[in-house]
Amino acid sequence: MQLLNKKPEALLDVPTHYCPGCGHGIVHRLVAEVIDELGIRNRTIGVAPVGCAVFSDTYFNCDMIQGPHGRGPAEATGIKRTIPGAIVFSYQGDGDLASIGMAEIVHAAIRSEHITVIFINNAIYGMTGGQMAPTTLIGQKATTCVDGRTVAQAGYPIKMSEMLSTIDGAVYIERTSVHSAPNVMKTKAAIKKAFQNQVDGKGFSLVEILSMCPTNWGTKASNPAEATKFVAEGMMPVFPLGVYKDADAADKK
Amino acid sequence: MAEKKLTKGNEALAEGAIRAGCRFFAGYPITPQNEIPEYMSWRLPQVGGAFVQSESEVSAINMVYGAAATGVRCMTSSSSPGMSLKQEGISYCAGADLPVFLGNVMRGGPGLGNIAGAQGDYWQATRGGGHGDYRTFVMAPNGVNEMANFPHKCFEVAFKYRIPSMVLADGIIGQMMEPVEFTNPEVDVTKLPVPDWAIGINNGRAKRIVKSYDLRDGFLEIMVNERVKRYNMIEQNEVQYEEKMLEDADIVIVAYGTAARISVAAMKLAREKGLKVGLFRPITLWPFPKARLVELSKRVKNFLVVEMSLGQMVEDVQLSLNGRSNVYLHAKPGAGVMTADEVYKTMESISKKGAKEYAAAK
Amino acid sequence: MPKMEVDDSRCKGCYLCIQVCPKKCIEKSDKFSKTGYYPAKDAKEGCCIACMSCVRICPDMAIKVYK
Repeated sequence: MQLLNKKPEALLDVPTHYCPGCGHGIVHRLVAEVIDELGIRNRTIGVAPVGCAVFSDTYFNCDMIQGPHGRGPAEATGIKRTIPGAIVFSYQGDGDLASIGMAEIVHAAIRSEHITVIFINNAIYGMTGGQMAPTTLIGQKATTCVDGRTVAQAGYPIKMSEMLSTIDGAVYIERTSVHSAPNVMKTKAAIKKAFQNQVDGKGFSLVEILSMCPTNWGTKASNPAEATKFVAEGMMPVFPLGVYKDADAADKK
Repeated sequence: MAEKKLTKGNEALAEGAIRAGCRFFAGYPITPQNEIPEYMSWRLPQVGGAFVQSESEVSAINMVYGAAATGVRCMTSSSSPGMSLKQEGISYCAGADLPVFLGNVMRGGPGLGNIAGAQGDYWQATRGGGHGDYRTFVMAPNGVNEMANFPHKCFEVAFKYRIPSMVLADGIIGQMMEPVEFTNPEVDVTKLPVPDWAIGINNGRAKRIVKSYDLRDGFLEIMVNERVKRYNMIEQNEVQYEEKMLEDADIVIVAYGTAARISVAAMKLAREKGLKVGLFRPITLWPFPKARLVELSKRVKNFLVVEMSLGQMVEDVQLSLNGRSNVYLHAKPGAGVMTADEVYKTMESISKKGAKEYAAAK
Repeated sequence: MPKMEVDDSRCKGCYLCIQVCPKKCIEKSDKFSKTGYYPAKDAKEGCCIACMSCVRICPDMAIKVYK
């Protein structure tokens, strides 16, 4: 009998603090597999956010920095501009990237910083206990909109991939999800392209990944996997999967 | 009989602010004060107020700056790292002479620190924190009942003297649950006068500007000096503190907030063991009760400052006493609480003359 | 004959693997683990086709597949 799967070098083989059924664990593994496959682990530097993934600084097996909420793209800029040979990635949640960090991500894209951004969109604030996120859906309940988000109170959920793709400096923007095994594989391919772009010296690349948050979505603890339904039926109609920008493909036309 | 309700500290602060007339709140989630924006999100609309979960703490203080300019009672809250973000905005509020109410539920720092209760933002709260010459009226509750009742005073002082006001609590007080009795009548916001500086629908009156600058040579100094007159009045009229067992005390503990609660236990322990210890609890951190401390120092020769930080209020105690008595420090930085036993041991070594004074010359 | 194996010390009982297994080979164990979860387990000998779906979706690297 032969073992068919191997744990990636770029992720420490330790239990994580993430909740049962959380998408972070899946994406961490995919990022680590890509880092291994591209052979870049010894020159990769990751930027950890504030949010559930704050502890990703412990999990990724490469140099990591953890800084203030939302400022990852700025920290990544500081690192990449001083060590251009490093592969720098910023791993962020929807509060970090789309709320407090809105200016930083937009300007990193404007300047076409040669960084890779992994954006986890689970439409809620996890670490702080379930408040509304900029990507929370209309009607979706959260602790700061207990009767459901309304347009009058908080406007519409923000579509980051669509918005960032209008920026000339954005080279590659794709939205994927991790709610099913085929989609996990598509997410891996997108992450690989986003890192390959940096290896090839192309500009700003971002993958937005729709992910599960069973705890704060109120999924029954007896079956956290139920949360995948909300990704498929609730989130995907509002956040369609697909490639929103690919400067490579545009060049080939 | 007045109703007492078991309430969580953060929620008591929010409800206390609403009863004191708060009708606008902007804030952002950060542990350990999330219950404040969460409570405000459903309670404020009930009283006809407006709630916004802002995109960041910076944006929240600027929303409050805007709301305050209309004369409405408004509030923002956060915890340490988020309060750091607000400093520019608070300086603007002070520079524009706007009354705003701030809540800081302190956590361990610096940086991301941790999410436990701490007292490391005393300097930030009382020394401006933001740029320029200004002051903030700061009250430090020692429990949930004070969380519920301090907002009333804070709004009163803010509007009377046109100064930012703050409740400075810590994560333990924010999270704990204790019985609450509101001791002030609920403010009827419809009866509150519209301030004569407030911007709004002007109905033909002369225009008003809310701003914090004056570029004309010498004029900024005039603005600041006008403000100082009000600060002096606050120092005359608004100092608050609490005293326990000072009459015969040889050692007086100076502590606020959760450190004061632990110090009560330490004081009782010390008394059991024959040490005459009292507690002086500043309630207003600015204005600092320096006159009373000076008075006490005529008889008391040893002051022990107990703080959940590296020691920040201790400098105000030193400044106030100006060498009149010995000042010692029991510090616990990095968040987390000292035990009554640990504080007692420090007092024991003071009484045996084995303790080193704070900032003693080496 | 392929099989999947769950590391009880890592499985958090999220059951994403049960949801994605095309052959319905995986079930919840009725014994709880040291970490307090009811882990998943390969319940039907000879069922697994080594499609790797469970490995791909597992957030905790708790699954090994053998062929």
